[in-house]
Amino acid sequence: MGQRVGLEVSLACSEAVKLANVDVIAAYPITPQTHIVEHLSELVADGHLDAEFVPVESEHTAMSACVGSSAAGARTFTSSAAQGLALMHEILFIASSLRLPIVMAVANRSLSGPISIWNDHSDIMAERDINWIQYFAENGQEVLDLTIAAFKIAEDKRVTLPVAVNLDGFVLTHVIEPIDMPDQKEVDAYLPPFAPQQKLDIANPISMGLVGVPEIYTEAKKACQVALEESYGVIKEHWDGFAKQFGRQYNPIETYKADDAEILLVTMGSLGETCMSAVDQMRADGLKVGQVRIRLWRPFPADDFLAAVKGAKSLVVMDRALQPGSASGPVATELKSLLFDRGKQMYVSNFVAGLGGRDVTRADFAGMVKKTMEAQSAGQQMACEMWGVKE
Amino acid sequence: MIEVRFHGRGGQGAVTSCELMAQAAIAEGKYAQAFPSFGPERRGAPLQAFLRISDEPIRLREKIYEPDVVVVLDPALLATGNVRDGLKPGGTLVANSSKTIEAVRGECGYTGRTAVVDATKIAEEEMGVPITNTTMLGALLKAALLVELDSLKAPLDARFGKIAGKNLKSLERAFTETQIEE
Repeated sequence: MGQRVGLEVSLACSEAVKLANVDVIAAYPITPQTHIVEHLSELVADGHLDAEFVPVESEHTAMSACVGSSAAGARTFTSSAAQGLALMHEILFIASSLRLPIVMAVANRSLSGPISIWNDHSDIMAERDINWIQYFAENGQEVLDLTIAAFKIAEDKRVTLPVAVNLDGFVLTHVIEPIDMPDQKEVDAYLPPFAPQQKLDIANPISMGLVGVPEIYTEAKKACQVALEESYGVIKEHWDGFAKQFGRQYNPIETYKADDAEILLVTMGSLGETCMSAVDQMRADGLKVGQVRIRLWRPFPADDFLAAVKGAKSLVVMDRALQPGSASGPVATELKSLLFDRGKQMYVSNFVAGLGGRDVTRADFAGMVKKTMEAQSAGQQMACEMWGVKE
Repeated sequence: MIEVRFHGRGGQGAVTSCELMAQAAIAEGKYAQAFPSFGPERRGAPLQAFLRISDEPIRLREKIYEPDVVVVLDPALLATGNVRDGLKPGGTLVANSSKTIEAVRGECGYTGRTAVVDATKIAEEEMGVPITNTTMLGALLKAALLVELDSLKAPLDARFGKIAGKNLKSLERAFTETQIEE
């Protein structure tokens, strides 16, 4: 049996990587990811984790080293945030197109400028289309669990794609909270050693990353996209398997008091917990409010989302990143497109909140719901609103 | 749920105080969160650290705006540190000061329940350093028994190793010497 400990969430992430017995970590420190790689570096240096820690000189090299080590058949981890993730940009596409099951923790932080070390989702939203599996944790336990599960999903022969586990910078990374720490035997039972289908091996040479001439590029991209779409079933299977092994169930879309709700708040990441408490307060005030939490962002679980919102009349969609020049934030754009495609009419409001570390409170959620209800009952359409801008 | 805000300066260990308390609470089977002010920390600059302890799972990622208890590690922050901001009516101020409770109230403008101990003196006598973060946990527990004193022993050991004993003695002395006025 595992043990319940009070641990900083960053360290819970590192411990998950240790429990997953990774072979190679290549990383460059950047706030607010720093504690994750510092702790892994200590674990390797102190002999608690038998892995190669590659202290690279930049994130571009970190991801390049990850590509190399994963291609050579090593279980590989890295972590980054914001400008560091942006510096990885071109290699992120290489990792997925080579079908390398790298796992990366992204300690979500806003992209500069102005220079900001604080949390939002602008870093990962700028990497939305890298053909990686991308999901979001809401608390420390989920960071640990979903990091362990990420290796299982990434390395499944039906998937072989990289996974980005998103955890909000500071709001999660720097908080000490209760973590149920599984023991090594449990993790070993869930996660077998990495057995790559093919790898760089001087005894059996192969080539990887060849040129895709116009006659084959489209088909190569199609194959990669299909792999991402079809990873959905494997992700569910391995999250269900995680529940059997560890007793904690994860789903691509999670709901809270949504069954009889007329109005649903939609969140992704650590906003989810504060929002649940806001829903409790609004319920106590007699409002039929519920919540839908997007855990799996790529591939987007369209059917699960539609099933979760089927009884509601309106959605209040939270975005934690801007999509400048577009009518909505990235999450709302995704949802509106889906609703339109499936012929589903709903009233949708969209708030961009929590940019650059701005706190989002229960009162903020209540304010957004109130504003949406007023506009809806007045028959007014709402434009995407940056919440709480001081003017 | 009890919410606590610590006022200290970079390097005085306010974040460690919160961490030790959270670990003690979690070891007792409670739920807890400890977190710093998010951002770069500079040695000597005033900073805050935060602690939530609850019997129920804590579903909140907001900062703490209306604490039940405020702990002030550095006496100089009483007059300048906005220590009473948001402190709930019926809350408690726990201050490190060599002055009387009346004088402390005068300095910070808070007139509610106040606990005072000369933690700097205790820390210097027991540990030889004017670092008051663990000592002030004794005062905090006297004012609000958020965890059992015994529950802090394991986190102190894990954090301080050989000097855990001195920290504990200093903490226990503060527990005894803290004066409280309603």
